[in-house]
Amino acid sequence: MYRLIPSLLLSHRKVVKTVKFKNPSYVGDPLNTIRIFNEKEVDELCLFDINVSPHSSPIDFEFLTEIASECFMPLAYGGGISSVDDASRLFQIGFEKICLQSSLFSNLDLLSDLVQLFGSQSIVVSVDIFRSFTGTPRVYQSSKSRRTRINAIEWIKKLLSLGPGELFINSVDLDGTMRGPDLNLLNQLSSFISVPLVYQGGISSLNDIKSSFSAGANAVAAGSFFVYNGPHRAVLITYPSRDKFASLIPSSITNV
Amino acid sequence: MNQSTRICVVNSELGNVGSVYNMLKYLGIDCFISSDTKEIFNSSHMILPGVGRFDHGMKSLTYVGIDKNFILDYVSNNKFVLGICLGMQVLCLHSEEGTLDGLSLIDASVKRFEFDSSIKLPIPHMGWNSVTPSSQISLFNGFNSDIRFYFVHSYYVSPSLPNIISGTSHYGTTFCSAFSSGNIHGVQFHPEKSHKLGMQLLTNFSQL
Repeated sequence: MYRLIPSLLLSHRKVVKTVKFKNPSYVGDPLNTIRIFNEKEVDELCLFDINVSPHSSPIDFEFLTEIASECFMPLAYGGGISSVDDASRLFQIGFEKICLQSSLFSNLDLLSDLVQLFGSQSIVVSVDIFRSFTGTPRVYQSSKSRRTRINAIEWIKKLLSLGPGELFINSVDLDGTMRGPDLNLLNQLSSFISVPLVYQGGISSLNDIKSSFSAGANAVAAGSFFVYNGPHRAVLITYPSRDKFASLIPSSITNV
Repeated sequence: MNQSTRICVVNSELGNVGSVYNMLKYLGIDCFISSDTKEIFNSSHMILPGVGRFDHGMKSLTYVGIDKNFILDYVSNNKFVLGICLGMQVLCLHSEEGTLDGLSLIDASVKRFEFDSSIKLPIPHMGWNSVTPSSQISLFNGFNSDIRFYFVHSYYVSPSLPNIISGTSHYGTTFCSAFSSGNIHGVQFHPEKSHKLGMQLLTNFSQL
């Protein structure tokens, strides 16, 4: 059940890439990028609009409709979802899963309502995590670029008790750095999580993907790894072949 | 074939109508979206897409006017039905996910994946998985050995009798991932999200 997911950040209808959640730089045109991933038959694609929540902008449904019409693979969207109506529209357009983050800081009822209406399999919660100077994982509130004092593990337990079907965690410290994943965090989380766990942050090689799976991730998402190539970070869209991917799956798992 | 193919993707707010419609259009298959039973009847094939919870799905179908009789009437006119994911589950008798009755067209119930502690698989079943077709099932024509589709579900169909099972998959347990009963077909996976394999399956459906 292992998945490899390109994770694309959108800002003003452009694909951008950040480093440690800062300094978005232009990568390319979303439709072109998505067409390429479509041709490569990727497992799944995640799109995050980083502009909606910070500026309380409306969700760009028109653009998302265009994007969804190009995709014959599973799509997840996150970015400013704050109502049942938002969710409903996104499903109608063609997204399989919607991802909540910012709204959770002010309205946990929305999460329960969405799970109730649409089923847990359609609802993902995303938590951006940084480590305090003592190493404790804490929650980063991306919409406000704010390091909170909220303990990430406690926050995750609370969110999962409300029934979402997937947890997406992003390491703020490793974002865009291609310095390898936070395996300790993965080990810690996978010890108590029973829904699919997606990890993103720092992936730099196929080996990083393999160790993330072994440490407990059910899916690995990456931005830089799939869109950049070489030390000068030239834009090049890549995705491993099915055979290469098969070699990354932990050998202890045989029948899934 | 004594009628030209025209597929209706039923819009009952059961889910991702857009994706199914887009794939059919891409394949050049004549299709339209509707929630009007008269218009729906005016098609050769009907697809019930599905994202959501069982009761919500059933309420939406009832609201639109689709019930057991409507579908029986439809298929008795030599027309075909395909339920996708939740769309497959609502064709059954009832579901552990909800309290309402299903359309009861298929003698099956819908159960939740429950694993004992020795099986460490997360639920929902989310990702790509293989499907093993039963023999001579036309939905899986033209596939070579590699039959994989995208699944995203916590509940699965459990038929009373195995004769309607047209495809099985394995996730902690072997379960029915496709059924065929007369002109009514159901698939647990999402062909509209399964690239070329999904296109092959929808093409096969359109050619029934």
